[in-house]
Amino acid sequence: MSAGLLETVASQPAPAPAPEASGALETQRARFEWLLGLADDRLILGHRLSEWCGHAPILEEELALANIALDLIGQAQMLFELAAETEGAGRSADALAFLRDSRDFRNMLLVEQPNGDFAFTIVRQFLFDAWDLPQLEALCASRYKDLAGFAAKACKEARYHLRHSHGWLLRLGGGTQESNRRTQAALDELWRFTPELFLTPVLPSMSSTSDASEAHFQETVRAALSEADLTLPDAAPFPALRGRAGLHSEHLGHLLAEMQVLQRSYPGAKW
Amino acid sequence: MDAVESPERRAAFEARIAAGEVIEPKDWMPEGYRRQLLRMMSQHAHSEVVGMLPEGNWITRAPTLRRKIGLLAKVQDEAGHGLYLYCAAESLGVSRDEMLDALHDGAARYASIFNYPTLSWADIGAIGWLVDGAAVVNQTLLAKCSFGPYARAMLRICREENFHRRQGYEIVATLARGTAAQRAMVQDAVNRWWWPTLMMFGPPDAESANSEALMRWRVKRQSNDAQRQWFINLTVPQANAIGIELPDPELEFDAESGNWKSGAVDWDEFRRVLRGDGPCNHERMAARRRAHEEGRWVRQAAQAFEARRRTRAPREISTTPRREPAHV
Repeated sequence: MSAGLLETVASQPAPAPAPEASGALETQRARFEWLLGLADDRLILGHRLSEWCGHAPILEEELALANIALDLIGQAQMLFELAAETEGAGRSADALAFLRDSRDFRNMLLVEQPNGDFAFTIVRQFLFDAWDLPQLEALCASRYKDLAGFAAKACKEARYHLRHSHGWLLRLGGGTQESNRRTQAALDELWRFTPELFLTPVLPSMSSTSDASEAHFQETVRAALSEADLTLPDAAPFPALRGRAGLHSEHLGHLLAEMQVLQRSYPGAKW
Repeated sequence: MDAVESPERRAAFEARIAAGEVIEPKDWMPEGYRRQLLRMMSQHAHSEVVGMLPEGNWITRAPTLRRKIGLLAKVQDEAGHGLYLYCAAESLGVSRDEMLDALHDGAARYASIFNYPTLSWADIGAIGWLVDGAAVVNQTLLAKCSFGPYARAMLRICREENFHRRQGYEIVATLARGTAAQRAMVQDAVNRWWWPTLMMFGPPDAESANSEALMRWRVKRQSNDAQRQWFINLTVPQANAIGIELPDPELEFDAESGNWKSGAVDWDEFRRVLRGDGPCNHERMAARRRAHEEGRWVRQAAQAFEARRRTRAPREISTTPRREPAHV
């Protein structure tokens, strides 16, 4: 699909789907949901990181975790705007973030897992970053120019994120017996969420990501784990729940209840 | 630094101060001066870090993406201020770990304002507008203080605090022109934060234990009461402009002095909070101690990793040029 058609479809109001038009509308819907997935990953992970605020193990990490959270939420905001434009239903970025229920969220399960200890947060972040950076690099070549522009900016941030989480993975894996044990436990617990990272459909209008990104991810992870004296867990089974299809863990509902409380309690108010 | 105090040395120091010179960490200084600055700077650093808690309480519930980003960035700034101030205080020969131990043991203080709870979103606006506004008054003066590292830290921090103050005022103003529920929310927040904010400037001049020496040493450039009055004069017109009432029925403009005269501050409450019996003293300290305890294994891991890296690969480090040699 060309970017020209995308703009045409996106600029039209969303009518009730007529049977003959359902092909084009489904594609538009698919594009919308695809962008939402990308946005929701970032909003939810950024939210989780922001929960550390005031409770991090060292002051330098207060700054780093807040910084990464800020990057991710900022990225989510840009993607929500692209998604809203694609949907063409007049919804704002805030409406997408604060007025959808958990079944309509499209983030992957990895990012909604509660923070746990610092090792758990770092492993979750490292797995996300190792997946995210090659994805964003590929998106820089997207035919959807606004998305390519977004990716170019986000890439710079994602490089720093990966350097940060990779650095801590090495420190924790190679630090003390306790830190190694905690980090291995986090890895064993979170590994089962990694197959989902590679189940997002490839939309030609959005991305050219292919199997290469999974190979890239595996290589990044394998190299880091070996350097950090950590053991790669056995291959995880096919996921029983799919965040991209709105099937989440029970954690997401609680996160949203907290995040959306003001928008839900005071409908229509301006903040 | 030679610590021996003689009347001559002391006189020379006082003369430097009187001449408006800036004192640097390596300069000779009386022990009392060093102790006071260490007390103020570490207390200030602790306040930044403890102050992250009441505002952090609303990051996960901020009502829009823009507000979430704004609040998160503000709290991140506070962590940065804390870091910067700990470094500045370390120039006086005490480590960050020692200062943190003093905080966790209850030996060091932090600003008592952070012992009040944030009960609604409007509190985030009220803190930005009032608490950061008061901090700006105080810190603008500290930026001219006689100790170089503290003055420089304040210059930098003050710029950001000013931004926080504007951001807070904008939140308050938005709520003040919002729905009836929002207007009630913001008025309630101002009612709760106004008096504790006035207490931030410290006890009345007559009761201020540290003031006399601090003024002479040009650490403090204006008395507590003068700063408080300055803040009230700035804030009353801002409140009036957006239809917010300040909870002081005695507040009145005195044309002769040009000051807004306020009612009496409840200094008993101030002393109670200072003693540890404020609404959230227990929670704040418990949260700080817990974060410190739960982070211990992380800090140990980082230290062990660094130590091992240094002993395992000294050659690699020494033969790898990390920076280009400077041009001559």
